Order: sequence, then structure tokens, then C-alpha cells
Amino acid sequence: MTRHLRQEFRQRAEELVALYPHARSATVPLCHLAQEQDGYLCEAAIEEIAALTGTTPAEVRGTASFYDLLHLEPVGRYVVGVCTNIACLLAGGLELLDHASRALGVPVGGTTADGTFTLEECECLGDCDAAPCVQVNSRFVRTTTPAALDALVAELRSGGSPEIPPFGTLSRVRRTVGLAVPAGQVAAERTRVRLETAASGGASG
Amino acid sequence: MAKLDAPRIVTSRMGFDDAHALPRYLATGGYTALRTALSMPPADVAAEVDAASLLGRGGAGFPAGRKWSMLRKSDLAYLVVNGDESEPATFKDRMLMERDPHQLVEGIVIAAWALQVTAAFLYVRGEFALGLERVQTAVNDAYAHGALGRDILGSGFSLDLVVHPGAGAYICGDETGLLESLEGKRGFPRIKPPYFPAVMGLYGEPTVVNNVETLSNLPWIVTNGGRAFAALGQGRSTGTRLFALAGRVRRPAVYELEMVHNTFRDLIYDPALGGGTTDDVAVKAFIPGGVSSPWFGPELLDVPLGQDEVAEHGSMLGSGSVVVFGPQDCPVRAAWRITKFFQRESCGQCTPCREGAGWLERILRRLEGGGGRHEDLDLLLDVCDNIAPGLGWPAQQTTICPLGPSIPSSIVSAIAMFKDEFLAHVDLGRCPNG
Repeated sequence: MTRHLRQEFRQRAEELVALYPHARSATVPLCHLAQEQDGYLCEAAIEEIAALTGTTPAEVRGTASFYDLLHLEPVGRYVVGVCTNIACLLAGGLELLDHASRALGVPVGGTTADGTFTLEECECLGDCDAAPCVQVNSRFVRTTTPAALDALVAELRSGGSPEIPPFGTLSRVRRTVGLAVPAGQVAAERTRVRLETAASGGASG
Repeated sequence: MAKLDAPRIVTSRMGFDDAHALPRYLATGGYTALRTALSMPPADVAAEVDAASLLGRGGAGFPAGRKWSMLRKSDLAYLVVNGDESEPATFKDRMLMERDPHQLVEGIVIAAWALQVTAAFLYVRGEFALGLERVQTAVNDAYAHGALGRDILGSGFSLDLVVHPGAGAYICGDETGLLESLEGKRGFPRIKPPYFPAVMGLYGEPTVVNNVETLSNLPWIVTNGGRAFAALGQGRSTGTRLFALAGRVRRPAVYELEMVHNTFRDLIYDPALGGGTTDDVAVKAFIPGGVSSPWFGPELLDVPLGQDEVAEHGSMLGSGSVVVFGPQDCPVRAAWRITKFFQRESCGQCTPCREGAGWLERILRRLEGGGGRHEDLDLLLDVCDNIAPGLGWPAQQTTICPLGPSIPSSIVSAIAMFKDEFLAHVDLGRCPNG
């Protein structure tokens, strides 16, 4: 099978699989990783994730389609999410969503023709003390007014913001530990740690 | 009068901008509780948590010590930490993960030692990119500091902690839905029995699932003793708790308060807390414990913030999120939006929830838009009764998990408290609140 994930991403994928006692647990993290490379989950990525996790493409697609952050179709470089749930509703979340739709020129769920923005209506994102809450690519941007949202959109249109990586990049902090041994041996290392601890666990009450 | 003299158990470092960084954590007593815990037999650490009578801070309020005791007899086990906070208007675990992640890591290691578990997973809600980065940084730094990994602080005890990102699904906050998700599947809650992951959890193995706030309490409990924790609060509600205040208040934020000795009125009005309502409007109603909880009217503002105290009045403290409505807020619209949330987040396994939520959402939308009929009120209650028979509280279960039976809470409350406003929508053909 030809590989779809580029070398850097493939290596990180193998490291992720090795973190779990069962490879299938890496499914969602691998979906995030594929989105970091491609911006969405394409067929080739789904096939490779299935091979990496010992599942089928249908199982990967079945899992991925359950989750809001995983996209089986291309989305914009910036996914703008406006919350309209209860705390934001009271603060004008629906009105801000309407404004965003007009400002971007797309309906809710739509992507701008140039592929820069996708607009989504979100459920509570947990930033209720700065309502209505807006996220761009899972980053809280605290643009609670139409003017502030417009300014952010303009900034993103003209080159972007260092605070907001393109859609797909979730955590920019990599796990730097437990991987001193090559990927693939990590699982064995984990098992060894567990056995050693169990053997020395005489203090267990 | 609000009682604000209790120690800050989980928010002691919130005054520091760099509380998430290891140097600040170490400079403020970080990882000393872990050293203390590791010098004690694991059973003694568990006994302190038992003595604290620490109730789980996720929403269900199950005693953490009892959850642990189910596991202690087993040999192979996992510790899973629930950081999938998604109950609307709840934003306390996000704060703990973003602003004091080492406190959480220390709590996790202490719990793992008490349980003699050597593999732990921290499931962080996917929408919390900053939280994921802060927690992963803390984990990396904790390994480097010797507080995680092999031979922790020279004790011979080893623990591997994996940070696992979610991907956007409220239902994964349910502990069995979370375990399915962690196994790489859809987050479908599991059919009970077995009731507890301690019997059959991650990969079918015995597992303890604890909430982020619950475990963030452990460093303090180990340092100060379970009895000191239990001395705070009253009755079953011991210690302090985080309350997320939102809606029509001057100072929406997360506040740590001693349980029972403060009331909803204190939380909303005390100058050091909510500071009163926006523009001094009257409280029309408030949600006392997340959108799954039945609403309270202003006559219940003096109910103490305690688990049993709120339950006595037919609701729950739940996730600790309080949302205040003012006179301008439309109860039909609020109930509609909350119902839309449940409809979107229903996993689809059980008919009452999957179908009922959709019907309720459409009826409420019609009412809110002024196209409803008088009979719609009975129709709403009838559909609600099919999801949670009797419409009492706690809600009767017809489904695998509590999501479905939580749907009627806002609808039944809104109709009971504001029936005239529902009827006005029908008679005027529009929202009377403008």
C-alpha cells in the first residue's frame, strides 16, 4: 500500500499507536493527525488509519463521523465556531452567528469560495464568562462583538495570526517522554514497567 | 452573608499568570503532597480520601472513595480521568486544566498510587486546544522532574500518563461513553449492568474514572488530611466546590466556595462573587446545576449550595454551573435552545432520546416562532413523559444513559413556571419578550 501520511506524520502516527495497549485507541488521535496534514479526513488517510489501528476503513469512518471536530469533507483553513447555547444565547449568540454568516457570505455550515473560512454553530465551548463565545480552530478568540469578530476575520484574511494554526492542528505540544525507545518498542516498554511495578508492589494494602 | 473564609483548595494559584508552569508550581508547594503520599502505604492514602468524603465533581456526585474501594481488590486496572467537560455553562475543569495542570497531574499520580494503577489516561475535550497544550506540557515536565514515569521521586512506583484528545461529543462525558471513545469507537454509553467501570471498564478491565476537579483536590487532602477537608461544608457535601456562574450577572466566572455554608443568593449577589445581576434586574429564574437540572425560581435563592440541600427542592447541584435569567429572557427560547443541544448530542442508541429530542425541539421551535397551538403544551409534556415517566426528579430512566431523561428538565420547569408566557406566544403569534 502506498502511504498517504508524509514521513513526519507517519512517524508521529506510529508513536501514537504505541502509546496505547490496543492500537484502536489511537483512532481519534490519528484522525486529528491526518487533519493536521490535510485539513480534513480524506479516503487515503482513513485507509492508512485503519491499517495502523488494525481496523477497517468503515470502522474508522464510523468513528470519525460521530465527532464534530472530525471532517470527512474539506473545510476552510479557519473554522469559525459561534456558540449559541444557553449562556451565549442570553448574550446575543444567535445574533452574532447571523452577523458572522453575513460577514463571511456563507450560511451556517458553509465554506467560503476561497476556502479560507468555514462557519459553524457550536454547542457550549466553556467560555461562558466571555459570552457570546467564538472559537477559531478550537482556540478561544474572545470576539464577543460583531466589530471584534470583523477585525479578527480581516486579520485572518490578510495573512493569519500566529496564535491560530490552520485547521487540523490541535495541540502544538508533542509528547516528548516515554519515546526514547523507538516507536513499536514503547508498548513493550510499557508492559515491562507495569509488570515490574506489580512485582515490587508489596506495599499494596 | 457569604462565608468566604474557607481555604482555596483547588484555586490557590489562580492569582499567578504562570501557575501552569512547573517552576511556579514547585515554588508554591507543588509535588510535596506526592512525596508525602508515596511515603504512606497506598491504603492509607485511600483512607484519607475516604475520610474526606469527597464526592465526585463531575455531576453525578458519587463518593470518590467508594468508587475506589470497588477497585482495590483487583490486580490489573486503569485510571481514566474525565476532562471532557461539556455540560453547557460549565467551565471549571477547563480552568483547572489550562491554569493549574500540574495540580491535576499530581492528583492523578496520588490516585494512581492509592489504587496501585500504573497506566492512566487523561481524556481532554477536543475543543480545548489550549488545555491540551498546557496539560501535555505539564506531563512532559512532570516526567522530566521525576514526578511521572519510572520510579517516581525514587519511590519505585511507576506510572505512565497518556493525554488523549476527544473530538467533540457531549456524550463522551458519560463515563462509559468516554471509555468507548477512548477505545477508538463512537462514544456510545454502555448498557448496564455492569454498572461500574470498576467491574468492566477500559478494554474490559477494571477501571476507575474520576473527574478533573475531583482529582485536583487530592494534593490538598494528602497535605492537610481528609478530616480537614471533611470539616468544611456540612453533611454529605464536604470541602469546597467550583461554581461556574453565567448569564445575567455582573461578574460571570468560576468561584471556589465552601459547600452548604453559601447560598445561590451569595453566589449571585456577593460583591466578591457574582456582584449582583446585570443592570440590577430581578432574577426571573436560574439553572442551579447545569442544563440537565430542573430550574429554580427566585424564591429558592436562599437554598444552600449543597448536594442534598438542592436535591430537597427537586433539582441537583450537578456540574456546579449556575445560569441566571433576567426578566427580558424568554423561557420558551431558553428551553428550545437547551433541547436543541440535547437533540444534537443524543448518540442515537435509544428511541426515547433520539426521537423524543427531535420532536420536542421542533415543537418548541414552532412555539417560540409564534406558530404554536395551545395543545402543544400538553404534547410537550406527553413526549417528556415518554422519556422520563412521571416527570419527577430524579428522572426515571428509559434509556441507557442519563442524557435522555435530562431533556425534560428545562421543558417541564419552563412550563410549570412560565405557562402564561407559553400561551402568550400562541395568542400573540410571536414572542412577547420582543
